[in-house]
Amino acid sequence: MTGADAMTASGSTADMLLEVKGLTKHFRLNGDIYSKIAGEKTQLLKAVDGIDFHIRKGETLGLVGESGCGKSTTARLVTRLIEPTAGEVRLKDEDLLAFSPTRMKETRKDIQLVFQDPYSSLNPRKTIMHILSRPMEIHGLARTWAEKREKVLDLLHRVGLSAEHIDRYPHEFSGGQRQRIAIARALSVDPELVIGDEPVSALDVSIQAQILNLFRDLQEEFGLTYLFIAHDLSVIRHISDRVAVMYVGKIVETGPAAALFENPLHPYTKALLSAVPEADPDKAPPKLTLQGEVSTPIDPPPGCRLCGRCPRETAICAQTEPPLVDVGGDRQVACHNL
Amino acid sequence: MAETVLELDDLTVRFRLRRGDLTAVNGVSFSIARGETFGLVGESGSGKSVTARAIMRLIPDPPGEIQRGRILFEGDNILERSDAEMRALRGRRIAMVFQEPMSALNPVFTVCEQISDALRTNLGLTKQQARERVVELLALVGIPSPQQRVDSYVHEFSGGMRQRVMLAMALSCNPGFLIADEPTTALDVTIQATILELITSMIDKLGMSLLFITHNLGVVAHSCDTIGVMYASHMVERGKTREIFANPQHPYTVGLLNSIPRLDTQSKYLTPIQGSVCSMMDPPAGCKFHPRCTHAMDICRQKNPELKEVAPGHFAACHLHDRG
Ligand SMILES: Nc1ncnc2c1ncn2[C@@H]1O[C@H](COP(=O)(O)OP(=O)(O)OP(=O)(O)O)[C@@H](O)[C@H]1O
Ligand SMILES: Nc1ncnc2c1ncn2[C@@H]1O[C@H](COP(=O)(O)OP(=O)(O)OP(=O)(O)O)[C@@H](O)[C@H]1O
Ligand code: SF4
Ligand code: SF4
Ligand SMILES: [Mg+2]
Ligand SMILES: [Mg+2]
Repeated sequence: MTGADAMTASGSTADMLLEVKGLTKHFRLNGDIYSKIAGEKTQLLKAVDGIDFHIRKGETLGLVGESGCGKSTTARLVTRLIEPTAGEVRLKDEDLLAFSPTRMKETRKDIQLVFQDPYSSLNPRKTIMHILSRPMEIHGLARTWAEKREKVLDLLHRVGLSAEHIDRYPHEFSGGQRQRIAIARALSVDPELVIGDEPVSALDVSIQAQILNLFRDLQEEFGLTYLFIAHDLSVIRHISDRVAVMYVGKIVETGPAAALFENPLHPYTKALLSAVPEADPDKAPPKLTLQGEVSTPIDPPPGCRLCGRCPRETAICAQTEPPLVDVGGDRQVACHNL
Repeated sequence: MAETVLELDDLTVRFRLRRGDLTAVNGVSFSIARGETFGLVGESGSGKSVTARAIMRLIPDPPGEIQRGRILFEGDNILERSDAEMRALRGRRIAMVFQEPMSALNPVFTVCEQISDALRTNLGLTKQQARERVVELLALVGIPSPQQRVDSYVHEFSGGMRQRVMLAMALSCNPGFLIADEPTTALDVTIQATILELITSMIDKLGMSLLFITHNLGVVAHSCDTIGVMYASHMVERGKTREIFANPQHPYTVGLLNSIPRLDTQSKYLTPIQGSVCSMMDPPAGCKFHPRCTHAMDICRQKNPELKEVAPGHFAACHLHDRG
């Protein structure tokens, strides 16, 4: 149905870099003190609830979805910053979750995460020189001070910063400058897989274009693989080979970027694409096609999670959860009423 | 013409760093009327957030310093107010959504505690009333199951949920003036639309004025009445939204509008403005944009262009307009 078939249909395991199967993360909510006294059972927040996807070497998978649907949690699971409740993560056909701490430490160099929140991810007490050169040092990629400095300057230049920034501390930068420092840090150790969690969201469109071109260059030159999370759908469309759309812990649609954008199949994907405001004041502002309350990941009811908001909903939707099925053209959709 | 709520006059902010001075905001002037939405856009690092923080009087001093200028809020120069007077103003009458939520949210307090604090001091609500109001506010900004989430800590929230907590906090006391620094960057387009609708309703109902900083030109096009464009600490263009989009007069603005990635085509490479951003500590003489400008003339390398009216209500700082 999903992972395995799609794989044999569109490529061998040899060029598979990352494979995720049934990945699940449930958080236990403690609830407020009143419900504790009342002895109510703790609730489960199903942040990521059994997702499958794969990324081939040199490919870019775009991950989009509603705020709070589990994208950053997925990124943290794949980099093993948190451990899953269930599921499998395979890196080059090896079980990543079984890696020993030493092995994992070495592997960290190859899988770099650009955090969604650069403010919290950069050490406030270290200069940019230190922040960017320390990982190179740890992984033996630069030894002498001169060598490190040269590499750091090159990285800064590539992300649109310069020598005047090298001795400053993270709080002495603008939001977008900090974001670019986080990108430079991820790129500093010659990774194989870069997971960008909203890596260009704080940049003006010109610098954003420059950074996206840089990602593209590195991919051409070194065969880098990307998992790219973003809310800006034009950015996703531009950078991705394939796209996965998430809704409340589930993947509801995947497919090649061009096909998915030109002809979205899942009602949530459709709603998403119709809500993009165009940079033209004379065009009508986007209309909201999803009605009703945002769906909750806390003990979600059975059935499709879009129930109550979906314009195509029928009786079966609230009863059984729609599985993600192949619909041809390397596309998969989870909906009863296509 | 509606009454002016905020007026910036020649605002200049500088940071004294170890290696020299950095002028982050240089002679910026604009005004915002009651009920108006003013969009501040421009290059990353050009001084938008510093401008916003100056209005809130939140520039760290040292190393920061407001070197020149006035900030008139309802006719009153904020820069002359005492710290106690500023505290009374902040939150209650001027509120701000910060660009990076974690820089303003406290990790050791629950969401309820953070938001209800202001409600209790500013509006005099009881603990229980404040809690109910917080749940309502969370629902308004689209947090699912607010009743169950109100006792969570911010690290248990997603990036976009934190941003919405900040917004809920800023809107909690019905401020007359809101500064929103990138309030929707961590939101998907559908929740973004919900949030923009909520802000618009506050503008309509309460006559709130808004200083809206964002890189999202799609949002700017539909939400802002007026736009100011910043480049390397200067305001280089200002005018009505329609005018700026239809008829940009500064070469930087033109380049910016040309860099927007499009949804309907998939090109391999995008077209950023050529060249790189100038140094802020040792900026070039004359027009700061001249090393990257395809129209640069001799005078551009010598003299900094002043912001001049190029059409009614439309201002640009560029020597190309000297002749006319
Ligand atoms: N440590 C945690 N404890 C409890 N709940 C958590 C924790 N981390 C995340 N969550 C919850 O898991 C859900 C998914 O969060 P996640 O950060 O993955 O969302 P996201 O898709 O990245 O959203 P955004 O686009 O807003 O960044 C949210 O409801 C969030 O509150
Ligand atoms: N606390 C500080 N100390 C020193 N320099 C600072 C400080 N805060 C900001 N700066 C500098 O001032 C300039 C303006 O910063 P500001 O944060 O206003 O940019 P911005 O326009 O908001 O950019 P972005 O779009 O990236 O958020 C930048 O060059 C930045 O490096
Ligand atoms: S399964 Fe039903 S509710 Fe879910 S998306 Fe499809 S039509 Fe809508
Ligand atoms: S003043 Fe000169 S360099 Fe500056 S934007 Fe105008 S033409 Fe270009
Ligand atoms: Mg996230
Ligand atoms: Mg900023």
